[in-house]
Amino acid sequence: MLSEECLNKTGRIFDIQRYSIHDGAGIRTIVFLKGCFFRCRWCCNPESQSHEIETLMVAGKPKIMGQDVTVREVMETVEKDRDYYRRSGGGLTLSGGEMLFQPDFARCLLMAAKDAGITTAVESTGFAKWETVESLLPYIDQFLMDIKHINSGKHKEFIGAGNELVLENARKIADYPGVELSVRVPTIPTFNATPEEIRDIAEFAGSLSHVKRIHLLPYHRLGSDKYTGLNRAYPMGDTELPDGEQMRMLRKVAEEASGLECVLGG
Amino acid sequence: MADYYVPEIPRSERIPRMVKHLFAKMPEIESARAKLITESYKASEGQPQTIRRALAFSHILKNIPIIIRPEELIVGSTTIAPRGCQTYPEFSYEWLEKEFDTVEKREADPFYISKKTAEEIKEADKYWKGRTSSELAENYMTPETRKAQEHNIFTAGNYYFNGIGHYTVDYGRVITCGYEGLIREAAEELSKCNAGDSDCAEKSALLKAMIIDYQAAIDYAGRYADLAEQEAGKESDPKRKEELQRIASNCRTAPAKGAKNFWEACQCFWFIQQLLQLESSGHSISPGRFDQYMYPFYKKDMDDNAITRDFAQELIDCIWVKLNDLNKCRDEQSAKGFAGYSLFQNLIVGGQDKEGRDVTNDISFMCITASKHVFLPMPSLSIRVWNGSPHDLLVRAADLTRTGIGLPAWYNDEVIIPAMMNRGVTLEDARDYSIIGCVEPSVPGKTFGWHDAAFFNMCRPLELVFSNGYDLGERISIQTGEVENMQTYEEFFEAYKKQMDYMITLLVNADNSIDVAHGKLNPDPYASGMVSDCMKNGKAIEQGGAHYNFTGPQGFGIANVGNALYAVKKLVFDEKKVTMRELKNALKMNFGEPLDEQSITDLAIESIAEMKAQGREVSEKDLPQVIATVASMELPEDVRNRYKEIRQMILDLPKFGNDIDEVDEFAREAAYTYSKPVQNYRNPRGGIFQAGMYPVSANVPLGAQTGATPDGRLAHTPVADGVSPYVGTDTHGPTAACNSVAKLDHGICSNGTLFNQKFHPSALSGTKALDDFVALIRSYFDQKGMHMQFNVVSRETLLDAQKHPENYQHLVVRVAGYSALFTTLSRSLQDDIISRTEQTSAI
Repeated sequence: MLSEECLNKTGRIFDIQRYSIHDGAGIRTIVFLKGCFFRCRWCCNPESQSHEIETLMVAGKPKIMGQDVTVREVMETVEKDRDYYRRSGGGLTLSGGEMLFQPDFARCLLMAAKDAGITTAVESTGFAKWETVESLLPYIDQFLMDIKHINSGKHKEFIGAGNELVLENARKIADYPGVELSVRVPTIPTFNATPEEIRDIAEFAGSLSHVKRIHLLPYHRLGSDKYTGLNRAYPMGDTELPDGEQMRMLRKVAEEASGLECVLGG
Repeated sequence: MADYYVPEIPRSERIPRMVKHLFAKMPEIESARAKLITESYKASEGQPQTIRRALAFSHILKNIPIIIRPEELIVGSTTIAPRGCQTYPEFSYEWLEKEFDTVEKREADPFYISKKTAEEIKEADKYWKGRTSSELAENYMTPETRKAQEHNIFTAGNYYFNGIGHYTVDYGRVITCGYEGLIREAAEELSKCNAGDSDCAEKSALLKAMIIDYQAAIDYAGRYADLAEQEAGKESDPKRKEELQRIASNCRTAPAKGAKNFWEACQCFWFIQQLLQLESSGHSISPGRFDQYMYPFYKKDMDDNAITRDFAQELIDCIWVKLNDLNKCRDEQSAKGFAGYSLFQNLIVGGQDKEGRDVTNDISFMCITASKHVFLPMPSLSIRVWNGSPHDLLVRAADLTRTGIGLPAWYNDEVIIPAMMNRGVTLEDARDYSIIGCVEPSVPGKTFGWHDAAFFNMCRPLELVFSNGYDLGERISIQTGEVENMQTYEEFFEAYKKQMDYMITLLVNADNSIDVAHGKLNPDPYASGMVSDCMKNGKAIEQGGAHYNFTGPQGFGIANVGNALYAVKKLVFDEKKVTMRELKNALKMNFGEPLDEQSITDLAIESIAEMKAQGREVSEKDLPQVIATVASMELPEDVRNRYKEIRQMILDLPKFGNDIDEVDEFAREAAYTYSKPVQNYRNPRGGIFQAGMYPVSANVPLGAQTGATPDGRLAHTPVADGVSPYVGTDTHGPTAACNSVAKLDHGICSNGTLFNQKFHPSALSGTKALDDFVALIRSYFDQKGMHMQFNVVSRETLLDAQKHPENYQHLVVRVAGYSALFTTLSRSLQDDIISRTEQTSAI
C-alpha cells in the first residue's frame, strides 16, 4: 500500500500524452516533467527545459506551460487507459524535461504505477548522482537512455554539460537486474550524424552488459515553432534533415559496431 | 495450430485492367428494365401481386441485354455500360423525371442519361402513376407524420422511394442445391397446400411465383452460357477461349444444379447477388459470411489439387470487381445521404460458428487481400472480433486499414451476440450473425430486419423544445411549454424527452406505412425463397415471412444533444451565467455569427407567421420583401458580442469524447432518449423495433437543415455522426475518445452503432504501431464498444485531393458505414471528413 505522503507528493509537469506508441512497449501514457539539466540545441520540447512556469504562444494564443500536480492527480489520468496497457503490454512513461530533475516526484509516480500494477518506462539522460538514479531503478521496467555523444567536449558544446556521468551511469544501469535498458541516439546533423560518431556510440552501447536495442532517432524540426512561441531563436537554424538513406546507412554502422538490434525511430 | 494460410497472395495482372475498364466512364442510366417491367405489368393486370412480380422478373431476365466484359471470369451484368443502373418505377419515378436534365451534373453521384433513354423511361413511367409503393405509403401515413418529414425531423426516404434491400439470403444453401433445389422445395411446399386452407390463396401464389423466378434465373444463366460459347467461338487467344468455354459450362449447369467446385460456386454466388439487385434494387443486399459458405468449395478443390491459391484469389478478386459493377441512381437528396455510389454490400469475415468456435480460414485472409488488390469501395468489408480471434487476422485487417481504404469495419461479437439475444434471437443464430449495410447485425438467411429504416435527427426535437413545438412558424409537434419558463434542468430534459417520444411515434407511423405498402404492392419472391421461413409461412419477406422480423431506424446527433444538455444544465440552471431567453435568442441568431441564406429565409417565414398570428395582413407573396428586411437587419454590437460570449462559454465546457465522466453521462442519457422509446414499438410483420445509432452520410445534409444547437454548433453545419464525438471536440487522443464512446449503452442499440476515428498515417506505420492499433480496438471492445472504423489519410492528402481531384480518382475514404471514392463525394461531405479530429500518436 502506497503512503499518503507519496500520493500527495507534488511535482511540475507540462503535459500528459495518452496513446503514445513510440516510447516503450505497447500503448503508453507519457507524463512530461518540467525542467532539464541539459540544453540540447535540437531539443523539440524547449518548453520542457526550464523548471519555471512559462507562457508559450500557440497559434497566437498564450498557453501556460507548467502545472503543479500531485501523484494522485496524475495517476487518475494514467489509470484511465489501463485496458489499453493490458491489451498492448503498455503502461506509464516518464519523460521530460528530465525526470531526474524532480527525482522524489518521479520516484513517487513510478511507485504509484507499480503499486497499481502498471508497467513503467522512463526516457532519461541518466544525468544525476548514482544514488539518485539507483533509488528509482527498483520501480522502472524499461529505461530508455539517451546517449548523444562519446566525445565529452562536443557533448558539452552542444548540450551544456560533459558526458562522463551519463556514460558511467549507463554502465551501472545496464548491470542493474530487472531493468531493460535501451540506448537512444538522437541523430543530429552537424552534431553526431556521421558514421564515425554513431559507430563510437554504438561501440559503447555494445560494451555494456545488457542492452535490449539501440534506437536512432532522426533529427526533426517539429519543435521549431515552439521556440518562436517562447520568443527564443531556434538554435539549429536551417540544419538539413537526415534522409532515409543516410539513416539506414547509420543503422547498419550502429548494428555492426554494437552487435545489437538497431531500429530507426522510437 | 490454427488451420489457415496467412501470407499475402499476389495480385493477378487481370485485376487492375478490369478496374480500369469499370471506371473508364461516368455511370449511365439504362431503360431496358423500365420498359420490360411495364410491358409485363400491363399484361398481368388482375393476377395476384406475387405472380405479377414474378412474371415481370421473368420477362426482364428473358429480354434484358446481356454482356460479358473484357477478361471477366465471373459473368453477369445488369447493364451494358459498366457501373450502369436500371430504373425501378414500381417504387417511385417522379424524382428521376424531374432530374433528367440535372442528374448528369449534380454534385453527389451523377449519372449520364441519353435523350433516347430519358424518353423511353418517361414513356414507361406513364403507367405507374398511382401504382407505386411510395404513393401508397404516403397515403397510409398520418398528416402529422407527413408534416414531420416535410420539416426534416426524420426521413424514411430509403424504403419510401426504393426497393427494400437490407437482407442476407442463405447463399450457401442456394450455391449448394442450385435454383432447382429451391424449385423442388417450393413445389413440395405447394403440394402440401390444401384448397381449404385459410392461407392457401396467398401461399400458393407466392410459391408459384418463386418457381417462376428460379426458372427465370436458370434461363438467364443459360443466356450467359450461350453468349460465352459464342464468344469462345470467335476468340483467337487460346487462353481466353478456354476461359470462355469454362464460363459457358459454369453458367450452363451450376446455377440450376448447384456448384461442384470453387469457380462454379463463385459464379453461382454472383448470379444470386446480381439478380437480387435486379429484382428490387434495394441497397445493402449483403453477402454476409462469404468466408464461411465459400470455404467448403475451396477446401474441396484444394484437397483435390484442382485449384491453386493464386487462382482462387483471382476469382475472389473478380467478384470484388463485380460488386462494384452494380449501381443504383437515387434522387438528389438521398444521393447526398448515401453519397459515393454505394450499394453497401456488406461482407464479413472471421468470428465464431454456431457453437462458439473461431472459424477464421484461408478465405477470411483472401477477402482482406482482395480488398487490397481491387481497392474499391465494394464490398463493405467487415471483420468480426471476439476474445478468441487470432491476432494474425486482426493484424492483416489493420494492415488493410492503414492503406487508407477505410476497410474493414470492426465488429465486436462480445456485444453483438448478447444484444441480439436480448431481441429474441437464439444463441446459435446470434453467433452466426453477419452485418447488413452499414453496421446492422442480422442473422443471415433468416431475417428481414428493415434495417436502415429512417434517419432520425436527434437535434431537431431539441429545437422543438426551444420553439415549443413550432417550426417555420407552423405547429408540427406537441407543446412542451415556453422554454423561458422552465425552472429546472429536469423540466427542460423532460420536455426534450416528450418531443422525442412524440416524433418517434411519427417515425414508427412512417416506417409501418411504408412497410405495409411494400407488402401489398412489391413483395419479392426471388429474395423471399432464399430466406427461411418464407416458403413455409407462405409469405414474402415484406409480408412477415422471415423467421426474424425487425425494424431498425437510426438516430444520430448524440454528441450534439449530450453536449447541449450539459451546457444548458451548467450555464443556465447550475451557474446561471446565461438565461434561457438569451440562449434561445442566441441560437436563433446563430450565436451572433453571420446568418446564411437559409437562416434568413427561415427567420422571414417565422416572422410572417407571427404577423399573421397577430392578425396582420401578410401572405407568402410578401416573403421576398421580408427576407430583404431580415437580411438587412444588424444586431446591436453589444447583443452580438453577448451571443458570441455565450458560445465561447459553451465551447469552453467539457465535451463528450474526452473521457470526462460528467459530460459523457449526458451523452449516454441523450442516446437513451432515442434507443429506449424505439424498442417499445412493433411493425406490421410481427416484429419489434430496435434502435441503431449511425448516420450513413446523412449527418451532413440533415445537419444542413438544423439550426444552431446549444452545444455551440453553428446553424446548418453537419451534426455528429453515429456515436462519434462531435468533429474536432475529442482532443485527448484515441483512448480517451474510445473510453467516452464505450460509456454509451451499445447493447441496447441492436441495430448497430457507428464509431468513426481518423488516424494520421504516421500513427500506423511500422509493425509495432499495427500491434498497438489492434490492441486499441480490442481494448475499446473490452469496454463493450460495438463497432469501430477508421480513415487513415492525412489532412494534407485530402485537401490536395479537393484541389486536384484528377490526381486522386482512386482515393477511397471511410464515410460512415461504408467507404467511397473521395472525389465523388459532395464538397460539404468532403469537408466533414476533413474536419474529423485526426488522432496521432505522441512523437
